[in-house]
Amino acid sequence: MMSDLTKFTLAEARDAVASKKVSSLELTRAHIDAIEKARGLNAYVVETPDKALDMAKASDARIAAGHAGPLEGLPLGIKDLYATEGVHMQACSHILDGFKPPYESTVTSQLWRDGAVMLGKLNMDEFAMGSSNETSYYGPVASPWLPAGWDAEKGRAALKGDKKGLLVPGGSSGGSSSAVAAHLCLGATATDTGGSIRQPAAFTGTVGIKPTYGRCSRWGVAAFASSLDQAGPIARTVRDTAIMLRSMAGYDAKDSTSVNAPVPDYEKAVGASIKGKKIGIPKEYRIEGMPAEIEALWQQGIEWLRAAGAEIVDISLPHTKTALPAYYIVAPAEASSNLARYDGVRYGLRVPGKDISSMYENTRAEGFGREVRRRIMIGTYVLSAGYYDAYYVRAQKIRTLIKRDFELAYNDGIDAILTPATPSAAFGIGEKGSADPVEMYLNDVFTVTVNMAGLPGLAVPGGLSASGLPLGLQLIGRPFEEETLFSVAEVIEQAAGRISLPQAWW
Amino acid sequence: MSVDQATVRRIAHLARIAVRDEEVPHLQEELNAILSFVEELSAVDVSGVEPMTSVIPMRLPLRKDEVGGHAGADVITRNAPGAEDHFFTVPKVVE
Repeated sequence: MMSDLTKFTLAEARDAVASKKVSSLELTRAHIDAIEKARGLNAYVVETPDKALDMAKASDARIAAGHAGPLEGLPLGIKDLYATEGVHMQACSHILDGFKPPYESTVTSQLWRDGAVMLGKLNMDEFAMGSSNETSYYGPVASPWLPAGWDAEKGRAALKGDKKGLLVPGGSSGGSSSAVAAHLCLGATATDTGGSIRQPAAFTGTVGIKPTYGRCSRWGVAAFASSLDQAGPIARTVRDTAIMLRSMAGYDAKDSTSVNAPVPDYEKAVGASIKGKKIGIPKEYRIEGMPAEIEALWQQGIEWLRAAGAEIVDISLPHTKTALPAYYIVAPAEASSNLARYDGVRYGLRVPGKDISSMYENTRAEGFGREVRRRIMIGTYVLSAGYYDAYYVRAQKIRTLIKRDFELAYNDGIDAILTPATPSAAFGIGEKGSADPVEMYLNDVFTVTVNMAGLPGLAVPGGLSASGLPLGLQLIGRPFEEETLFSVAEVIEQAAGRISLPQAWW
Repeated sequence: MSVDQATVRRIAHLARIAVRDEEVPHLQEELNAILSFVEELSAVDVSGVEPMTSVIPMRLPLRKDEVGGHAGADVITRNAPGAEDHFFTVPKVVE
């Protein structure tokens, strides 16, 4: 038996539990201990150890009775955007103060159906609006990766203070990526509206997949931008994300955009040959000012895939540079509509006012943080009379063009597209976006096209930056062909060598 | 396009978000930064392009028009900041 049960991959833990080498109770206790010792990272906003131990005991009973599910006894972290019955769910916002949903999200209910164990709720940017986990009402999350030249002592001192200078874990799923990278769970749920699974995975040396729009039910996941939001996993290996996605995906009559198509056994695609697969390299992703190390990483990825027998094809996606500005119309517009429900009447915070209107206004002013207020206001503006056609309708037309670019490439026989996941390695807490919000938005330049086109996208570690921080590659697939992404990503993971995650210094 | 301070106040009111006077100039600056960022879209040729309504081609499914299961008033009002006898309470709106 391994001395530290948190060092298992999810697949290794599954096999150890299934063969009764380790009990779910032992595995779960090891994670609860690790979480307690890592509170300084601020990855979990709520820990549910009693629930976890009860679930683990029930798992062990099912294993003994021979009824184990595909995730039986495996402890996971859940992003705070997911409704968990009777357990805190606030999308890391003050406006949902005290909210305990009386229902369970479809995705998490499928995880529990398959035997998984819940460790707690993970920190995130408020309502998933952010790329650094700094907009959370519960404060920023620190990455377990230390900045270059920092020792453990300096890191611990910063955790006790305002965390400035420590690295962001990415966002919005920053609690998920930090917890997975710090071995505080075997895998985590996350969500991705413009890059919120792939960018945090890239920043922390973990693997994340945003599946095709409609693959996972959005029911019970707090809505940000409904036409872009998708659920997906973050875990430490390609195989682990494949295992999790199989349980998370599937048709749900309660989500009218859920697609009724069978869920493949994604794990079978891990290790499959990619010989003869056509991999597109889009020239528009070679953006001005891109650091040389990102360019080198991309080139390295191309060589790995070529060596594995893939055919490398230069392609063009001409509307790429319109995706980010169009996203900053579509996403805030949908957010302003979705977040209208938070008005201090049915749940959460209420701040009194002299009449009902000022009660709404006071509640929303105090309940929403700066970034969320800003996006609601932009969304309200672009949807308002006289501007709707100039902004919103135009952005939706551009979305059609972005999707068409990908369709043309896929019609030419491209199986998957390889790009960098982010324009840089992780930056420091407090470093970006305080003067100009657009500076932070530029983080999503490579990921946001995928949401605009509804496609599956996966981020996998490709190597380390000059300062020793993880860098990720992104694979973009055809609709509902996540299996190809798992096969190609496994080639990259094998060639790059599994990234060595930081030892506990916190 | 850019917004002036009166427009910032009007948007805030439409969005039902109270803003203090001292916040307005800063908000105006931030909103204008975002609007100038999206300005480049006006140069894109979108003539003859249909606006996207659904990213995955599918028909909107319809359910049967019948009363479905619901959690019950106890459960629904449990999270409310103000509730009485299975009703949500709000400040008086009719004198």
